[in-house]
Amino acid sequence: MRLIISAFFFLVASLGGALAVQPNEMLRDPALEARARQLSSELRCLVCQNQSIDDSDAPLAHDLRVLVRERLTAGDSDEDVRRYLVARYGEFVLLRPALNARTALLWAAPFLALLAGAALMLAGWRRRVVAGPPAPLSAEERERLDRLVGR
Amino acid sequence: MIAEAGHFALLLALALAIVQSCVGLWAGRSRDAALIAMTRSAALGVCAFVVAAFAALTRAYVISDFSVRNVAENSNSVMPLIYKVSGVWGNHEGSVLLWVLVLAAFAASVALRGRDLPDVLRSNVLAVQGMIAALFLAFILATSNPFSRIDPAPFEGADLNPLLQDLGLAIHPPLLYLGYVGCSIAFSFAVAALIDGRIDAVWAKHVRPWTLAAWIFLTLGIAMGSYWAYYELGWGGFWFWDPVENASLMPWLAATALLHSAVVMEKREALKIWTVLLAIVAFSLSLIGTFLVRSGVLTSVHAFAVDPARGVFILGILVVTIGGSLTLFAWRAPMLKHGGLFAPVSREGALVFNNLFLAAACAAVFIGTLYPLALEALTGAKISVGPPFFNMTVIPLMAPLIIAMPLGQNLAWKRGDLLGAAQRVQLSFAVAVAAAAIIAAATWGGPVLAPIAIGGGVWLIVGSFSEIGARVSRGAPSALASRLIGLPRSAFGTAVAHAGVGVTVIGLAATAWHVERIATMRSGDMIDVGAYRLRLDSITPRTGANYREDAARFTILKDSAEVGSVVSAKRIYPIRQMPTTEAGLWTHGIGQVYVSLGEIETDGSVAVRVYDKPLVLLIWLGAVVMAIGGALSLSDRRRRVGAPRPARAPPAMAPAE
Repeated sequence: MRLIISAFFFLVASLGGALAVQPNEMLRDPALEARARQLSSELRCLVCQNQSIDDSDAPLAHDLRVLVRERLTAGDSDEDVRRYLVARYGEFVLLRPALNARTALLWAAPFLALLAGAALMLAGWRRRVVAGPPAPLSAEERERLDRLVGR
Repeated sequence: MIAEAGHFALLLALALAIVQSCVGLWAGRSRDAALIAMTRSAALGVCAFVVAAFAALTRAYVISDFSVRNVAENSNSVMPLIYKVSGVWGNHEGSVLLWVLVLAAFAASVALRGRDLPDVLRSNVLAVQGMIAALFLAFILATSNPFSRIDPAPFEGADLNPLLQDLGLAIHPPLLYLGYVGCSIAFSFAVAALIDGRIDAVWAKHVRPWTLAAWIFLTLGIAMGSYWAYYELGWGGFWFWDPVENASLMPWLAATALLHSAVVMEKREALKIWTVLLAIVAFSLSLIGTFLVRSGVLTSVHAFAVDPARGVFILGILVVTIGGSLTLFAWRAPMLKHGGLFAPVSREGALVFNNLFLAAACAAVFIGTLYPLALEALTGAKISVGPPFFNMTVIPLMAPLIIAMPLGQNLAWKRGDLLGAAQRVQLSFAVAVAAAAIIAAATWGGPVLAPIAIGGGVWLIVGSFSEIGARVSRGAPSALASRLIGLPRSAFGTAVAHAGVGVTVIGLAATAWHVERIATMRSGDMIDVGAYRLRLDSITPRTGANYREDAARFTILKDSAEVGSVVSAKRIYPIRQMPTTEAGLWTHGIGQVYVSLGEIETDGSVAVRVYDKPLVLLIWLGAVVMAIGGALSLSDRRRRVGAPRPARAPPAMAPAE
């Protein structure tokens, strides 16, 4: 319960400022800064609810933004930065879950759903085609029909 | 005293809802006229008592009766009246009461409306509605009584969460609830059909208007919520793939699929089992949405009422409702007879294609939202599934629908002619390609995919009307106008709603050209963003009814001529000591300049985030256009349901084979 309350306060605090990336955090090199923005938009602010560190005002998000920029300035590749953060904070920090044994099902699920749906629809359609159209009218039925329509 | 009366009214409503469900089921079996009439009266009674309870709570808010705990915790005597009223549903207890109010109102209108609704079907539908109402009324009375008192009453209330003090809140939850709860009618019809073991075109004809109405409200509610987040949260984003947003998107996807499969069922009596399943799924997803928001299982920016103890009760409701209906489905669905045959290339086939992709997109959202929970429960591993996952899975599942939509509209029922349909849309295709090419040439060196996506949007807008064009242009040109007037309104409804999707697609594609600038500014400083230049004129303190703010006024210049001004503010609500950001929006045509402020430093400088967002309003206008299309179609249905078949009837969308 206390966890949830504190989470709520973090959330409220993080909504307040609404200006996540501070001008003084930004790198001079625009290419590097663009990479930093892109990277931080896919990293989770660990104390917030569903916010990337790029969107969040929480102090931790600030620290992580600065950290990401330090690593990039030190010459790390994007992948290096991600690996560094995962080593420190676990996979929870990645908003784009890495593809591994634990997440294979997650990534495959949408396409499995599509395939399963397609298979289901195809099976339903074929069953009906196999069942064929209704049997033609017998002579007796045809005679009755003709009588009914007045021919 | 009036609060206690409200509480008592809820108790009476619960008792009557139980009567409604038991008598309704009995009436459905016995076909006894007195029981049928009693079911209807019970539904009206439940509605009347819930309205009374809601009115009692609203009164407590309006007169600021702080001896009612709910009012004391969520209102304040200096709040503007509009927020006092919307505060009624800006908290957990009140929002559940609103949920039940909408549910009871829908049930009452089923009881009153449609003389041609078969009595057995009506009784069973009302019985199921009564069960849902009873579950939720029991939930309110057991865990979330909005009428409990505090003694001694505080002198002043604790104020409404400032984020919720906004016109958006006054509109967003009621719209969304109308949508969520509207799905309950389709659900009740589905369960009623399963109980009765009978389902036919009459069933589909009655379900469609309800589903359509629910879908319109959901569409508007989601769009409203998205716009609210856009201007209130101050990040300039409009969709965060937040669990609660997903919770509203999933029923929307399912309801959209249901609308289309119900068409097939009404016209051709095919896809019966699938349609019933979709109706169950759509409402189940609405319930799961409620569960996600209310239980604290997935906290998010929207979860203003978080309490795990209540989660258990809602989980119980979920298990009973979803589990029960799916069990009934598994037991009874195989007894439903299969309907008409159709070739894969046909209008039915196109609608199946639509359902397939919408259902897969819905599954992707569902799995993405719940996978982290399941994984943590099973293995203890914590992962995040964020926006990149949803963008990478949902967008590819939507793209085929965009391509197929105008084509499908031009296919005939039973057996279509793909080549003929392609011929009818070739003009639309040419326009779309031309539009994409012009945009690509004009923005050469910029984003690559965006012009293609804009072409997709244009293809949808023009292509949606190609069917009407083809139908009107057949025969003598002199009679063109009369043929246009003679078309059923639902044909225009379909075209307009599909065109609305195109409008939204263009708005989404244009986000590629949004420009962002972040800088520290002082009075007199200039900043360039996109085609505009902003000058910070002044930062002045102001006082509102229940807040203080520092308002920064900017002048907007284009080619060094002043074109407008915008005010962006940092607000503080002293009662809760909570700051908010009031983004400044300057609308030019369908684009906006968006200004949001950071902390104001002691030396008078302020961090500023400025965006130029061309075409951004199209995202939400598209949803409004979709809703207008739905309303057009609904107005047509209302004329047709119940009336004897009009003389000039080939039914709306069934061209001769």
